[in-house]
Amino acid sequence: MRYRFAVRVGPYGFRVGSDWRAPVAALEHLYADYPKPRDGVANFTVRLEATRSWRRFVRPSVNIGGDWFLAEAAPLPLAHGLLAAEMGMNLQLALGGRRHLLLHASSVERDGRALLMTGESGAGKSTLSVLLAAAGWRFMGDEFALIDLDTGEVRAFPRPVSLKNAGVAAAEQAWPTATFGPWLRGTPKGDIRHMVPPSDDLARMDEPARPALLLFPRFGSPDEVRKVPRSEAFVRLTQASTNYTALGWRGFESLVRLVKAVPALAVDYPDGASGVAAVERLWSAL
Amino acid sequence: MYRAEPLSSLLIEPLDELTAVYHRASGITHLLGQPAPELLHALQEPATADDLLARLGREFDLADAHRDALLARLDELVTAGLVRTA
Amino acid sequence: MKAAHLLVRALREPQSVADLDASGWQDLIGVARAEQLVGTLAQRLDGLTLPDAVRAILADATVTTEQGRVAALWEAEMVRRALAPVGCPVVLLKGTAFVAAGLAAGRGRSVGDTDILVPRAALPDVERALLAAGWEWVKPDPYDDAYYRRWMHELPPLIHRERDRIVDVHHTILPLTARIRPDANALIADAVPLGNGLSVLSPADMICHAAAHLFADGDLSGGLRNLWDIHCLLDEEFGTDGLEQRAARHGLRSAVLRAARLAYDLFGTPIPGGWRVRDGLDPLFRRRLLARDGWGRGARRATRFGFYVRSHAIRMPPAMLARHLWTKWRRG
Repeated sequence: MRYRFAVRVGPYGFRVGSDWRAPVAALEHLYADYPKPRDGVANFTVRLEATRSWRRFVRPSVNIGGDWFLAEAAPLPLAHGLLAAEMGMNLQLALGGRRHLLLHASSVERDGRALLMTGESGAGKSTLSVLLAAAGWRFMGDEFALIDLDTGEVRAFPRPVSLKNAGVAAAEQAWPTATFGPWLRGTPKGDIRHMVPPSDDLARMDEPARPALLLFPRFGSPDEVRKVPRSEAFVRLTQASTNYTALGWRGFESLVRLVKAVPALAVDYPDGASGVAAVERLWSAL
Repeated sequence: MYRAEPLSSLLIEPLDELTAVYHRASGITHLLGQPAPELLHALQEPATADDLLARLGREFDLADAHRDALLARLDELVTAGLVRTA
Repeated sequence: MKAAHLLVRALREPQSVADLDASGWQDLIGVARAEQLVGTLAQRLDGLTLPDAVRAILADATVTTEQGRVAALWEAEMVRRALAPVGCPVVLLKGTAFVAAGLAAGRGRSVGDTDILVPRAALPDVERALLAAGWEWVKPDPYDDAYYRRWMHELPPLIHRERDRIVDVHHTILPLTARIRPDANALIADAVPLGNGLSVLSPADMICHAAAHLFADGDLSGGLRNLWDIHCLLDEEFGTDGLEQRAARHGLRSAVLRAARLAYDLFGTPIPGGWRVRDGLDPLFRRRLLARDGWGRGARRATRFGFYVRSHAIRMPPAMLARHLWTKWRRG
C-alpha cells in the first residue's frame, strides 16, 4: 500500500497500510518510542482504504480493512484516520490473538504482581489504570490484558490510552510530561485524544507479571466491596474475553487457573480518588 | 438408555457450588450445578433412567420427588450433548 | 514475485520459502490469510526452519483451524443426532466432509458452515427435525425465503440458537437457476458411508462438487482454496480414473476439466496428458485466482465475471463481543 507503518505492542506486531499519509504520520508520532515487529514480520494487518479510488481526494472516507473485519463496520472521515487505525488494530488482536487469553481488562503492576480490572464500558477500568499509573504503578494496558497460556502470567499490552473530553484535562494534569496525539474533534465518541504511556513502562512492556488480584470496578456508586464467587468470576471473564472459545481447552485451563489463583472482588467507588484509595487498601490486605 | 461422554473427553473443574466442564469433542464450556457432575460420573456405564435412580439412590438419599427433577437434569445434559441416548 | 505466486509456490514446494526475506514472509502470510489458506500453509511448512515470528503466526493459525475442526465435527454430529429419526441419508459436503473423512484436503483447512446434502423428498422432514432440535431461520424475510425455496439448491440457512453455527441443507449441488443440473439422485446413491450414520460424496462426485463450487461464485473469490482442495483430492486421494465420465453425467465436464487444468498449472497436479489442452479462457481464470496482493487486497469488483450469477451474504464468524467493542471504540 502507498503509506506503511509497523509497530510492536507487547507480544504482537502490527502493520498498517494506508491510502493517505496523515494517519501514518499520526501513528509515527504516537508510537515513536515503541519497538518494531519481531523479525520484521507483523502478526496483524490493518488497511485504511478509500471507499472508492476517487474518494481518496473527494470527501475522503476511511474504510477499515485487515485480516479480520466486521462486515457492518462503517467508514470514518479521514480526519479520524488515527481512530480508524486504532480500532483496526484492536479488532485484529481481539479476533486474531491465539497465544494469550485476551481479556477486555486494564492492568497495572507493582512488585512483579498484576492487578486486573474488568467490567462494562464506563465502569472506569481505564481511568483507574491511568490514575494508578500516576500513583506509581506500572501501566500495562487499559484495553486488553493478555494471559499467557503457558505460564498464566499477565503480559503487558500498553497501547496509547484513548481519552475522552474531560478525561484529557485530568490526564494532562496527572502526566504533564506525557506525549499526546492530535485532538480528534467530533468523532462518534466525542472529542478524543490519545496519551502515550510513560516511557519507563513502555521500556518494560516485555516484562510479565503474576496475576494477584481481579477487580470488577463500578464507578459512581458509594464505596462498597463484595467478594465475587469463583464461578461468577469465571463466567464474567468468559464474557469479557474476545478469544476464549477460539482457544479451546487451553482457554478453559487458563481461565480456571486464573480464577483459582486470585481473589475476585467487585468494587463500587464514587470518584477516582476513592477508587485509587480502595485499590491501595485491598492490595495491602492481600 | 443414557450414556455420558467419556471422562477422557471432559475437563471437570469444581469452582464453588458450580462446576465448570469443558467438553473436548464440542469445544463447549458448561457450568453445571449439582447433581449434573455426579450424573456424568454415574453414566460412564450406560443406564436406563430407572437404573440411574437406583444407582444414585444407593449413594444419596433420594426421595420419589427427586425423580422428575433428575429426569429434567438428564434432558438438559442430553440437549447440551454431554449425555447421549441410545 | 507477486504475493499470490508466493503462496502458490509455498504450497506446491514448501522448501521454496527458504529464500524469503521479512517482506516476502509478510506478503505470503497476508495473502494466505486473505485466501483462508494460512492454516493449510502452516501444515505445509510444519517441520521447516522458520523465523520465530513466522513460526508463532503459523502456530496461531493452527490453533484456529484445530478448534474449527473440533467445532465442525461436533456440528456434524449434532446434525446427525437431530436427523437420526428422519432416517434419510445425510451426506456431508465441502470442508466438513474433508475433515470428517480425514482427507488431505482437510489438513489445516478452515471450515465454516456445515453443508449437508439430503434427498429432496426428505426436505420437509429434515427442516422440521432441525427446527425442533434448536435451529432457527437466519433471516425471517419471506421474500428471501420464497426465493431460496424456489431457486436455490438449498434451504434458507439455519442457525443453531445456542451454538451459533449455520447449517446449509442442500438437495443438489447447484442452484436450480443454473443451466447445469447435476444428477442429485446419483450423488446420494453413490455416497460413501463413514460408519457413524453420516456419508460423504464418492471420490469423483467430491471432485465434481469442488469444481462446481469453484466456478459457482461469479468472482472466484476464495478460489485458490477451492483449487487447493481439488489439487489434494486429485493428487493425494483419488486420481482421475472415471472422473471425466462422472463429470459428464452431472453436466460438469468442462468445469472439472478446467479446474484440473488450473490445478495442474498452479500446483503441478498430475492429470492425464489429453486434458492438458490450451483454452482461451484459462489465463483469465488464472489471473483472477492470483489477483490478491500481499496486503490481502483482492481485485476490484469491476473485473468480475463468472459462469453463474449468484450472490451470498458474507457470513462472519460469531464475534459478539468484538462487535460490541467495535461500537464502543467508535462511539465511546
